[in-house]
Amino acid sequence: MSTDRSRLSKLAWSMGPLLGLVVVTLVFGAIEYNVASGEGRQPQFFTPESLQVVLNHASLVGVAALGMTLIIIAGGIDLSAGTAIALTATSIAWLYREGFDGMADWRESSPLMATVALSTMAITGGLLTGCLCGLINGGLISLLRLVPFIVTLGTMTAFQGIGRTISGETPVRAYGKVPDIIASLQNPYPDPEWLLVSPGVWIMLILAAVVSLMLRYTVFGRHVFAIGSNESTARLCGINVIHTRILVYMLAGVFVGVAGLYQFTVLGGEGDPVSGLGLELKVIAAVVIGGGSLNGGRGSILGTLSGACIITVIQHGCVLIGVPDHYQDILIGLIIIAAVTIDQLRIRLQTE
Amino acid sequence: MDSPSDSHTRPTAALLGMSGIAKRFGATQALDDVSFELSAGRVMALIGENGAGKSTLMKVLSGACSADSGTMQVAGTPYRPTGPSSARDAGIAMIYQELNLAPDLSVEDNIMLGQEDHRRGLLARSLQRPRVRKVLERLGHPELHPDTPVGQLPVAARQLVEIARALISQARVIVFDEPTSSLAGQDVRRLFEVIGRLRDDGIGVVYISHFLEEVRELCDDYTVLRDGQVAGTGTLADTTEADIVSMMVGRRVEELFPTVPHTAGEKILDLEGLSGRAVPRDIDLELHRGEILGVAGLVGAGRTELLRCLFGLEPVAAGTVRVAGIVRRPLPETMIGSGLALVSEDRKDEGLAQERSLVDNITYSRLGPYTRFGLLNLRQRREAVARCMSDLEIKAVSPEQSVAELSGGNQQKVALARVLHQDADVLLLDEPTRGIDVGTKAEVYRLIGEQAAAGKAVLFVSSYTPELLAVCDRIAVLARGRLQEVRETSKWSEESLINCAIGGEGAVA
Repeated sequence: MSTDRSRLSKLAWSMGPLLGLVVVTLVFGAIEYNVASGEGRQPQFFTPESLQVVLNHASLVGVAALGMTLIIIAGGIDLSAGTAIALTATSIAWLYREGFDGMADWRESSPLMATVALSTMAITGGLLTGCLCGLINGGLISLLRLVPFIVTLGTMTAFQGIGRTISGETPVRAYGKVPDIIASLQNPYPDPEWLLVSPGVWIMLILAAVVSLMLRYTVFGRHVFAIGSNESTARLCGINVIHTRILVYMLAGVFVGVAGLYQFTVLGGEGDPVSGLGLELKVIAAVVIGGGSLNGGRGSILGTLSGACIITVIQHGCVLIGVPDHYQDILIGLIIIAAVTIDQLRIRLQTE
Repeated sequence: MDSPSDSHTRPTAALLGMSGIAKRFGATQALDDVSFELSAGRVMALIGENGAGKSTLMKVLSGACSADSGTMQVAGTPYRPTGPSSARDAGIAMIYQELNLAPDLSVEDNIMLGQEDHRRGLLARSLQRPRVRKVLERLGHPELHPDTPVGQLPVAARQLVEIARALISQARVIVFDEPTSSLAGQDVRRLFEVIGRLRDDGIGVVYISHFLEEVRELCDDYTVLRDGQVAGTGTLADTTEADIVSMMVGRRVEELFPTVPHTAGEKILDLEGLSGRAVPRDIDLELHRGEILGVAGLVGAGRTELLRCLFGLEPVAAGTVRVAGIVRRPLPETMIGSGLALVSEDRKDEGLAQERSLVDNITYSRLGPYTRFGLLNLRQRREAVARCMSDLEIKAVSPEQSVAELSGGNQQKVALARVLHQDADVLLLDEPTRGIDVGTKAEVYRLIGEQAAAGKAVLFVSSYTPELLAVCDRIAVLARGRLQEVRETSKWSEESLINCAIGGEGAVA
């Protein structure tokens, strides 16, 4: 009986961020409805287009936040995610640009083959770049035994510098060298209409399901929670903390690579190494709003996705209502603090 | 306000009185009509098993939580704390097991923290210094330098800093919560001298401890709590140990140290010249199947480090570890793979992942049986853990409950359940009965005996000599990191063990 109750309350709390998303959506919907009817125009918030746009915007932060969730559960942090996203976008743009020119002969003989090869190379290259960024972060943290905050603060700047070195100080443009199927990845209104939302959103959802199952049903997932919850215990139980942590950062790096690909297509086939600054804070905010604890050991994929959506709903809602940019920032800031406060309250309630 | 000596001359009015205290947390009645009286210049032992309500009672006293009903008075004045600061104003100080000190600040700064002498907000060190010196002298420790950062002091000296802080705040009642659990022999002696001085100064002392011998040696009176009620109170001189134990447990405990017959078999663990960074040094030791080998020594003698080095949690400087005749590299992964398991002395920070569930904590070191192609069978794992829980009588709402919500004794059982679940051949147990109550201790001893009877080898580190003498087949004594002597238990006595442990002190300069 009491077992059922405690499980039920656990379930209810794990739904908290999702509930928050519903509340925020309803609030903005209601305000927008009032504002719009006051101005005598059609309300726009509760429309399919609106949903398409919100999910589409959320997918960039969301996909990077999948990796950040892993890192935060494992007791780490990654401040370099933003610039790493920009760096991977730059790499992808660079690979497309250079590859397109390099494959000029091949493209003439068999255009399809050449395009497939080019995209495979560029995307794989992007994902590997992200993965390498993660390897650098995880490796430095583990081998130098430094605090993740400091290491990634350093690599945050370094990755931007590397990106600027590759790009030669100007954004890398690959306009017209990217096949449509890739370029339209982040088109909010997908071309075969039955997709409903952009392919980027679908990819994010599939990846989210995979990570979520991985956290719950694999040994690796248990180990991630273990090292974040208590590293000493993990060591005592024979878990290879160094390997696990490096793997976590590398995996998160792959998601950074996917986010970089999104960033590249959002900019219309351009890689700008300075376009990522500040993005890491949104990614971290998504995880924290979703119930992730910066002390490690706690976090969930459902929560993180809800967090990412809450941020974009606020942005989108503010735009529709006509609230200026800076108020959005204040609002998102307050939501972050509120989310953490509620979480603290929950812990206090459960331990008493 | 009354001074302590005034209340001393009026023995009828207790220095501290709590009456009819009740407190309920959700469904549990933590305290039920508890009355408690303490006279000035007396040391009162507060005894009870884990969860009996000792900590809750002291939380009510310190203002950390408020009682549902009941009244309190200090030196005749009604006392209604609204928070920890009102306790301090009333002259009540708590010395907790985990000390509340800022490690980077000096002894003086820690003692004066929150009650600094100042002139218009400017720190007046010239006023503070003599007060601090005087208090340290009063405690009989003038050698403690006020400028030393507390982080550099040993645990025993840190405790003194907390006591000094209490004296500076004019405390008339000082509560000690398990103060000796992290101290070794001679430090315990020194602490008892300090508490004796406090008593002679007319301060009322509440002393919470699991060690009945300590209580008998130090205290004048006792109050036993059981299930949130007072099970007995009186003067220690009129009571026997057995009486107190039966008040604590609510029944006669047949055996404090149950044993299970077992016989030693083949050699399983063999240490050769094992040395760590500082301690241990050059240890040669053998352990057999079906044997319980105790490891005694003072704090800092290298007992814990010995276990940690051979398990690979601390770097090994020299020497080899053979498990069943094969040299193994000391790394937790390989040691677990070759059949070793360790229970950490530090349940909170190392032994258990407090936020995680029982299921996770028990199975972390052995997920293999529930894994197919890297995927976990959660149902199977949960069932196995439920079996572990009923075998060890772990009291928890469900296997999914987080370990932090369990009592100390049950947490320790979870830590033991993990090494049993691991099905290891060699159990390395570091202070496995620290901070748990008498009843649970007896269960742990029986468990250790059963493991030996099942052909497992047990290396049992403890600071509590009586349990080593009662449970082990052989006892090894370490001093200053070196192995002093290994003997059959029958050839040791409490005195010879302590002499051997101390004897090492002067031997190495």
